[in-house]
Order: sequence, then C-alpha cells, then structure tokens
Amino acid sequence: MQGSGLLSLLIWLPIAGGLLTLALGDSRARLARWLALLTSIATLGLTVPLYLGFNNSTASFQFLERVPWIPQLHSDYALGIDGISLPLILLTAFMTVPVIIAGWTVIEKRIAQYFAAFLILEGLMIGVFAALDSLLFYFFWEAMLIPMFIIIGIWGGPRRVYATLKFFLYTFLGSVLMLVALVYLYLKAGDYSLAAFQQLPLTLIEQRWIFLAFLLAFAVKVPMWPVHTWLPDAHVEAPTGGSVILAAIMLKMGGYGLLRFSLPITPDACRELDWLVIGMSLIAIVYIGLVALVQQDMKKLVAYSSIAHMGFVTLGAFIVFQIHDVSGSYRGAINGMDGAIVQMVSHGLISGALFLCIGVMYDRVHSREISAYGGVINVMPKFGALMVLFALANSGLPGTSGFVGEFLVILASFRANFWYAALAGTTLVLGAAYTLWLVKRVLFGEVANDHVAHMKDLNGREFLILAALAVAVLIIGLWPAPLVQMMEASVRHLLEQVAISKIPVV
Amino acid sequence: MPVATMSFASILPAIPEMALAVAICLILLLDVYGGAGKRGLTATATLVALAVTAWLTFRYGEVEQRTVLFNGLYVADRLGVFLKLASMLSVGVSLFYSQAYLQRRSIVGGEYYVLALTTLLGICVLISANSLLTIYLGVELLSLSLYAMVAFDRDSGIAAESAIKYFVLGAIASGALLYGMSMLYGMSGTLDLDRLAATATTAGAGYIIGIAFVIVGVAFKFGAVPFHMWVPDVYQGAPTSVTLFVATAPKLAAFAFAFRLLSHGLGHDTLVWTQMLTGISVLSLVLGNVVAIAQTSIKRMLAYSAIGNVGFILLGFSTGQAAGYRAALIYTLVYVLTVLGSFGVVMLAARVGSEADEISDYKGLATRDPLLALMMLFLMLSTAGIPPFAGFWAKLWIIQSLLNSGMVGLASTAVLLSVVGAFYYLRVIWYMYFEPAAPGSSVDTQFGARFALTLNALAVLALGLLPNALFALCNGLID
Repeated sequence: MQGSGLLSLLIWLPIAGGLLTLALGDSRARLARWLALLTSIATLGLTVPLYLGFNNSTASFQFLERVPWIPQLHSDYALGIDGISLPLILLTAFMTVPVIIAGWTVIEKRIAQYFAAFLILEGLMIGVFAALDSLLFYFFWEAMLIPMFIIIGIWGGPRRVYATLKFFLYTFLGSVLMLVALVYLYLKAGDYSLAAFQQLPLTLIEQRWIFLAFLLAFAVKVPMWPVHTWLPDAHVEAPTGGSVILAAIMLKMGGYGLLRFSLPITPDACRELDWLVIGMSLIAIVYIGLVALVQQDMKKLVAYSSIAHMGFVTLGAFIVFQIHDVSGSYRGAINGMDGAIVQMVSHGLISGALFLCIGVMYDRVHSREISAYGGVINVMPKFGALMVLFALANSGLPGTSGFVGEFLVILASFRANFWYAALAGTTLVLGAAYTLWLVKRVLFGEVANDHVAHMKDLNGREFLILAALAVAVLIIGLWPAPLVQMMEASVRHLLEQVAISKIPVV
Repeated sequence: MPVATMSFASILPAIPEMALAVAICLILLLDVYGGAGKRGLTATATLVALAVTAWLTFRYGEVEQRTVLFNGLYVADRLGVFLKLASMLSVGVSLFYSQAYLQRRSIVGGEYYVLALTTLLGICVLISANSLLTIYLGVELLSLSLYAMVAFDRDSGIAAESAIKYFVLGAIASGALLYGMSMLYGMSGTLDLDRLAATATTAGAGYIIGIAFVIVGVAFKFGAVPFHMWVPDVYQGAPTSVTLFVATAPKLAAFAFAFRLLSHGLGHDTLVWTQMLTGISVLSLVLGNVVAIAQTSIKRMLAYSAIGNVGFILLGFSTGQAAGYRAALIYTLVYVLTVLGSFGVVMLAARVGSEADEISDYKGLATRDPLLALMMLFLMLSTAGIPPFAGFWAKLWIIQSLLNSGMVGLASTAVLLSVVGAFYYLRVIWYMYFEPAAPGSSVDTQFGARFALTLNALAVLALGLLPNALFALCNGLID
C-alpha cells in the first residue's frame, strides 16, 4: 500500500504545532495550552486512518514514503510501518494527550516551552518508530534527547540538573557506538536502508561486535540491568509529564530497537549471545523487583518496577533461540515475541497511568515519600478506585493488560527452560508485593495527617485522563486479540528472518 | 621550465589578492586622513572592500581547471576559490559582529580593520600556495597580523601577555616549519609542490625529519596537541572580537595549509605523515575534551573545544585518502560556521564592564533573552555533534572516512571522546536554561548583529536537516 504522506504528517504536525506553541510565548499561555492540546488531539486523530488502513495480513511495510534525502550518503527519507511499529505509534499518540492535559494548570513557569517540548518530542518519537532508513532512525533517536533533557532540566525536582545530565550522557554514550556500527554496515551494504542491512551477510565476528554495539545502545534505553541506574534518577526528578513519556514510550525504543535492529541484522550473534540478554532480563525481573520492594519514594518504586517489567520484553524477544533448540521449531517462540510487544504497550499504559496518579497526589501534598501519605482513599474515593485498578494491572491481574504480556512471555520461557519460567514467575509475587504494599500504605488505613485530610478528589480533567487510560488497560486485558492480530504477520516474518543464518558460506 | 610570459590574462585568477592589497593601502590612508571622528567610515569601507574582493574572486577566480601561475608559485582551482569566498564571508561576519563590541570598549582603531584585511590576504595567499615559499609567505603574513590583533587592546595586561606567548611560540613553529621545508628542498631539489609531489619517494631519514618539522608547523597553526599551548591563553586573553577572528577564518587557512602541503605536495609519503597526524589527533581529542570540563571561562572552554575539534579535522587527514580530506573540509566549514555564532553570542552577551566570559555569566540567559539562548543552544548542540544540527554530519563523515580506511578503533575512540565533550556543551545549556537569572542584568539589543546571529544559528540547523547541497559542493572540490 502506498502511503499518502500520513506518516510524515504524524511526525511533522506535532513538531510544527510545537514550534508554533513556542512562538506564542508565555504571554499568551492560554492560547499556547489550547494549541498544544488541539495539536495532540489532531495527531491522535490522524492515527485513526492509520489504524483503519493498516493491513493485518502482510508483514511488508505499509504507508511507505521514500524521498531521496542525502544522496551522497545513500540515505533516503524513508518511512513505513509494520505490525511492530504501529502499536507503538498508536501508544505514542495516545499518551501525549494525557500528558498535555496533566500539565494544564500544574506548570506555572515557561508554559509555552513546556508544551512545545512535549509536542516536538512526540513528533521525534513517532519518527523513530516509522523510520525505515537507519540514518534517519539515528537522527530521530538522538534528536529526541534534546527536548527530554530540557523537560527534566527546567521543570524537574531539586536534583534535576544531575538527573538530566546523567540521562543525556548515559544514553548518548550508549548510542554513539551504535552509530559506528551503522556506518560500518553502510560501508558494507552500500546504502542506509534497513532492508539492505537485514539482508547483508556478515561473519560471526562482525555480527558479535555489531550486536554488542547495538545492545549497549538499546540496553541503556530499555533499560536493562546493569545499565539502568540513570532511570530512577531521571524519573524521580522529572516532572509528571516527563516521567510518563519516559516510562510509556522512551523505554519502548530500546525494545523496539532490539526487535528491529539486533535480531534481524545480527541473528547469529543473537543466537550465540542470547544467554547474555536472558541473564540480564532475569536479573532485572528478580533483583530489581526486590529493589523496588524497599523503595521509600513512590516514583522510584514505579521506576524500578518499570525496569523489572521491561525485563519481560527483552526476555520474550531473546527466548526464541532456546525454544528452537528445545522443541526444534520456532512455532512456540511466537508467544514470546507477541508477549514482548504486548508487554511494551501494556507497560506504556500502566506505568504512564501510575506516574499520573503519583502526579495527582504530588500536586496536592508536594511529596513523593510513601510515608507522607496514608488513607488517601478516604478523602479521594474516585482517585483511589482508579489507582487500585492500575496497581492491580501492574501486578499482572488477569483481565488487565498487564496479565497478557507477562503470561505470554512466561508461557514461552516454559518451552525453553523450566527455571527461566520459574524465575520470571517470581514477578507475580514480587510485583504484587511491591505494588500492593504501596497501595496499602498510601491509599488505605487511617488518614495519616492534615495534608492528606485536605486532599481534594479528582477534578474533571484528571478524572478524564485516568479513566481513559483505565479503559485502555481493561480493553487490552479483556480482548487482546486486535492487538495480537495486528502484529502477527510481522512477528512471523521476524521469526523467519531470525531463523536464517547470515554467515556467508565460504 | 619555460619562462612564462606575463600577460594580464594569465594573472587574472590572482586579481582578488591584488585588489585586496590595494584596498588595504587605501583603507589605511582613509583612516589616517579621516581621523578618529570617522571610524565608522573605515568599518564600512572594510566591509565594502570585502564585498568587492569576494565579487572579484567569484568573477575572475572561477577556473575551468586547475591553473598554475607565476612560475608555479600560485595555484588557482575550485577548492581555492571556494575557501577564499568562505574566508571572506567569515572575516566579514566576524567584523560585523564585533562593531558594537569594539566601540563599547573604545578599542576602535583603523588599524584593527587593516590588520583583519592583511590576515585575510595571508589566508588567501596560503590557500593558493603551490610552492613551499608561498606557503611560508602566507603563514607569516597571517600570523604576524594575528599577533598584532591579539595585542590590540593595549591597556589590557592579559592581552599583551597572550600576544607575547603567541608570538614566541609562533616564531618557534615558523622556525621549525622553515627548517622542515629546507630539509624537503635539500632532499628533493625543488620548492614547487607539483614537482615535490612527482618526486619518487625515497622515504629516507632526511625526508622523515623534514616532514616531521613541517607537521609541527601545521599542528601549530591548527592548535593541535602538543603544539596547542597558545590556544587557551590567546582565546582567553584576546578581546572577544579577536578571539572570534582567530578561531574562524585561520582554521580555513590551516585546512588549506595541510591540504596543499601534505595531501598534495607530500601525497606520496602519506604513510609517514598519517601516522604522525593520527597521534596528534588522538592527543588533541583527549586533551581538548577532558581539560575543557574543568574550565570556568567560556572563552577558555571554547579554546579547549577547538583543540578537540581540530583533533577531528586532523583525523580526516590521517586517513591519507580523498574521502578523508573531503570529510575534513566539511568538518572545518561546519566548525567555522558554528564557532562564528558561538563567539558572536559571547560578544552579544558581553556588557559594559563585564566580558561575559565566565560560564556562570550565562545563568538564566533563557529568561533574560530567550532568542539568544535558543541560538546558543543550537550552536552548542551542533558542536557536540547531536542531530538535527550540522555538527552531527561533520562528525559522521569523519567516522565514515575512518571506517572506510579500516580504522575502527580510532573511530570508536573519537565518538567516545565526543561523549565526554558533550558534557561541557550541555553545561552551557544547563546554565542558560536551568538556572535562575542573575538580578539586574540585561543584554544589549543590537538589531543587526542579532539578526545576523539568528541567521547564522538557523543555518546550522538548516544544514543539519538538509545537508546535501553542502556535501555535493565539497565532494566536487576534492577528487
């Protein structure tokens, strides 16, 4: 299917809206807010024809756009989506709207800049998911750091400068070696298109180095243990909107990169080094789950919980090789991949919602400490009900989206090795423990102090965004079929690519 | 060699240099007779002279193919024309940015403009040099003018000190360069770069020593480690307008210097000098990027940043291949464009009684002057090599040329050090955006300079989004 420029529009509309918002300035803050909201809603509206026009039955890229960009580098402005990128683009467009609404009155300084940064960020993130040219991908990938750097740095907490510099430099350090790997691949393949990279035969030694360069970039972004340390700092210091985007979408780019770059470009190295990724994922699930248990700060707790949940994404993606070794076919592996992608979408919704919930409480009491709260549900019943729902989803309750992804991945890892499944399964205990304990201490019990007693329940705006997220979490949890069908053909295609060795036959 | 008959037509490509020399004399006279009351006239006349010279370069310098004039002393080619135009633009923009700065510090003097033009003349001579002698002539004309410019603010002790340092070190480097050239002449029997290039290589000890000394000269002009000692002191000590001047157009000259002498004249001995340059560039990258972190003065920080960036430029040369030289050319152009803007901001942010040369002077610039801060943000991110700014492509080309020559380790080292470098560019953004504004500080409003500066920074963004025209141009210049 030929594109109608829809993807370009999805990328550049929010960026143009962001620049316009920036130009309005703080003196016309009211107008800037409305412009930002309308732009984000329009962008979300544009995803409707994208979703309706998407053909589930094929793995080939759709809505293609290809314009020569830099002929000297054989790089095109090439866009397209398949069943792996579409859910993430939908998620990006969906999550930006609540972020804009959540900042409506809370942000009091440099209002226009705040909304502009999020809109520009949205365009760049959609660009990352839609790029079919690896140079264009890298272009969006790095450019995205700039608005987030600004968001954490200007509107963040007391240690915001430390956190944002750590965030920027950590991810930049991870990505530069990926750039070297991409240039190396370009010199071998002759152009920067992803398709050329995926077809390029590579020796095992080359694949190993390229795999490690990619892994560093993507593992920092996911983030995987042990390169996760930037995330708790960034989350704690970021404003609510920044945390939401960071958790809901930016982390997914690491998982997306592994699926789009690592697996198809270096399948043999992935097969050889899958123990590394599986090991790191299991450590993330178990160890980081335990770390989350002892957190005193709500945002930090959800940040560690994110790392543990993202462990399922990497586990599901890299378990395929061992399933093949054990069962002799890749048929069972599809659950792992499906689970990984569902988990990305679901975690995007749930962690985003939890950060919004924390933001709601922070706006009233100005503390993120768990000990500053207690008995919130007595004064905020509507809020309490929604937060309990998100907490249950975060601990993987059946009927919520959190269950689907984790269940599929655990199912797949059972096929590979009982102990993988057993270790991954600890999340059902640990996840429930840290999330529900958080809920118990914050929401239930006696009203802890005067601050809590004076908390007002959700206003209309807050209720609207949390309710919308709750509906999304429930829909995916109760009826995941549309989401799974959307990605099925692409996942099968990816498994076929992974199954074929790229080592040149001498 | 046949004795060339000097007809007017045969010296046409050198018309711009001659016109520039005449213009220098006229402006000097104009300034003397115009007196102190009409300093504005000198500045305007200088900009007009620049425009005329640029037009002449464009009109007469345009050559179909490489032409050699004056018995092989002078070469006219498309690369030369382009570099001259770029230098003139750079000089013009620097002078335009500095007008208000100079007036405010009452260090106006007609000699300032004359010295700027003689520097430019030196740059043009160097760009068109096709003989060891012409190279030396260009280098000296350029350097002597710069020494005087650095010392221009004669009431400033620190400026005088840095000028003396610059002069003494520069004199030593010139000596080394001359000594190396004499060795090369002794071994090959020619001063002509074309004939030097055609000489079959013997790579004897004499050659290697000669090349080593010549490299000292090149590295000094670039300001690369271990011949970088002058860079921080001169950048910090000189008036900001002079720092801007030293940091921009002479870098184009240094590129031409390295290209004419090493890539062309010593093109058969690449193995010898690429190894030396590799060492120099890695040392520059490490020292420039690491030491810049510790700086509190923005001028000094940009000086160390210059050392680090020169490391990247020389990495392009160290491949010893046309692709690497092209990458170095792109890098130099982008770097000069970015530095023009960066020091332009430093000058605009400077107020009476404050040089704005501490990084902490930039605290809260985003609230005091959002436009200036945004432009500085663009420029800093571009220098750090982050897309969507032009600096990203410059770095990409260098990395690509390195990988093309199989130097994966060197490419990885370079990108990792650029992460270290990113920190101190981000620190400027941090001070501008994340810190509250210091009370009672305001920024000058000079409409012309601000407008030019905005264009300058937007050009960095535009070249980042659509760089293909620049690439096509540079690829056509070096084959």
